[in-house]
Amino acid sequence: GLFLWHLRNAGARQIPCRFVHLYHVASNRLITFQYFNFLKRMYVTQCNKDLSQRAKPKSDSIVSPFHELQKLDEEKKVVHKISPVSPVHQSWSEMSSRNELREMKSAAETEDSVMPVGAESKEDRQWKEMKLRLDDLPGILARLSKIKLTALVVSTASAGFAMAPVPFELTCFLLASLGTGLASCAANSINQFFEVPFDSNMNRTKNRPLVRGQISPLLAVCFAASCGIPGIALLTLGVNPLTGALGAFNIFLYTCCYTPLKRMSIANTWVGAVVGAIPPVMGWTAATGSLDAGALLLGGILYSWQFPHFNALSWGLREDYSRGGYCMMSVTHPGLCRRVALRHCLALIGLSTVAPVLNITTWTFPIISLPINLYISYLGFRFYRDADRSSSRKLFFCSLWHLPMLLLVMFTCKKSILEKEDKGDLPGGGHEMAMEIRLP
Amino acid sequence: PPAHSHSDWIGPPDKLSNLRPVIFYEPPEETALERRLREARQEAQASNQRFWARHNRAFRQEKEEFIYSRLKAKGLEMRDESGRKATLNAEEMADFYKDFLSKNFKKHLQYNRDWYKHNFRITFLMGQVALVRALRWLRRRKKNVEQ
Repeated sequence: GLFLWHLRNAGARQIPCRFVHLYHVASNRLITFQYFNFLKRMYVTQCNKDLSQRAKPKSDSIVSPFHELQKLDEEKKVVHKISPVSPVHQSWSEMSSRNELREMKSAAETEDSVMPVGAESKEDRQWKEMKLRLDDLPGILARLSKIKLTALVVSTASAGFAMAPVPFELTCFLLASLGTGLASCAANSINQFFEVPFDSNMNRTKNRPLVRGQISPLLAVCFAASCGIPGIALLTLGVNPLTGALGAFNIFLYTCCYTPLKRMSIANTWVGAVVGAIPPVMGWTAATGSLDAGALLLGGILYSWQFPHFNALSWGLREDYSRGGYCMMSVTHPGLCRRVALRHCLALIGLSTVAPVLNITTWTFPIISLPINLYISYLGFRFYRDADRSSSRKLFFCSLWHLPMLLLVMFTCKKSILEKEDKGDLPGGGHEMAMEIRLP
Repeated sequence: PPAHSHSDWIGPPDKLSNLRPVIFYEPPEETALERRLREARQEAQASNQRFWARHNRAFRQEKEEFIYSRLKAKGLEMRDESGRKATLNAEEMADFYKDFLSKNFKKHLQYNRDWYKHNFRITFLMGQVALVRALRWLRRRKKNVEQ
């Protein structure tokens, strides 16, 4: 009996993260608690940022959903941009995720940024020398890579990592996060490289580095390559090939499918939602090394979230999309736009209920998350029924805090390995396997 | 831009096309490759400018016509009592946006193809020029070191 348990112990300890396997120290302590605090702090600061900026937020996005709130930032405080490989949009909040990261919009910008506009437009009217200044470079590259969106993408990937039912490995986690972040930077840079004339014509995006000529297209491509290649290599060699493959696939999906598709068909929104869903799956595969139901569920939750987020956002940008030639549901199929948003709000409730069935969380998760899921569904219903600016804005802003809150609640309700073992998997006492500190 | 400058200069966004015009610097010892690059960039800039100026002008015109026809149907004037321009709300404009987008769809597809071609060609030429310049600089360094 004990022997069997030992074997199982050794087997279960197999680390999918190759790098960590080589350098693994016998520290089996799962720093769940510390990680939880870190994650909470990250989400809380993001929430605070959102709340503080509501006064006037990929986008994207996530993939979109994260957005770049540049103008708002200048007004409110000095801050740092997002996507994953995700598309994300920018600008109503700092949370732009990929899907792009969808692009956030100028609606908030034009309303809230009266002061910055004055200063900027004067600078804008001058002729500038097209010479790259090294001290400007970090800021330029940050904007090129949509750094806030990237940050959001990396945080969804870490959520995926955290939810995986394996002992927490810090090095693996850091490598996965870094690799995902680099891949996201690369994807975002290529996206901007492809979209220069369109970005110049839309209010939200007209201040991007390539549009303003602050950087040459060649440099943008080189930067993308120098982020993407090491990023994917890091994921493939330092984490595991599955994660690397997913990262590379996501870059491809975002740059070669989503970006050109935006101008050809409304299907781009669904592709963008997939782009946003992949980072948490990557986080999960980084931790476990395999694509299981839990990964797909987490991806599913992010996939569904993209729709209320992006559809609500795009509702206020119909003029810019129409003139810019972007095929978005809000312009061509407004009824479908609202229906899909509502449908996916409700799907979030369903997915949250599936989580305990798959043994990812306890049954408290669907119960605790029900209020926020019901609230976003209610706003989704209002958007569906009213179809006006105020309901779309409400839904959009709700989606900004809904996602971090949902992921946080999910994490707190995560089923600990200890609990699973107690269910009778292992005959022996589980105290030696107790790597997870049980959360209250 | 000043006459003595050795770099390209980029200006404020054009009123019609929203694109920023670039004035390219022609160095006296421009190689054939560099000339090809500059001409490609000038050609792309001209083509983009033509497209967007015409497109945006059409958008503005058609939008005005749409607003005018809708206001007339409602029995209102273009300007109300206080002299402000009457506008339609977003929902009414939505029909126009949808219409405009579908009308210009083919035009956009063609433009996309052209733009991607220009973009790749320019970036590739930039890469070649950069490579040639780097090799030249390395050769010069080697010569200096040998001397």
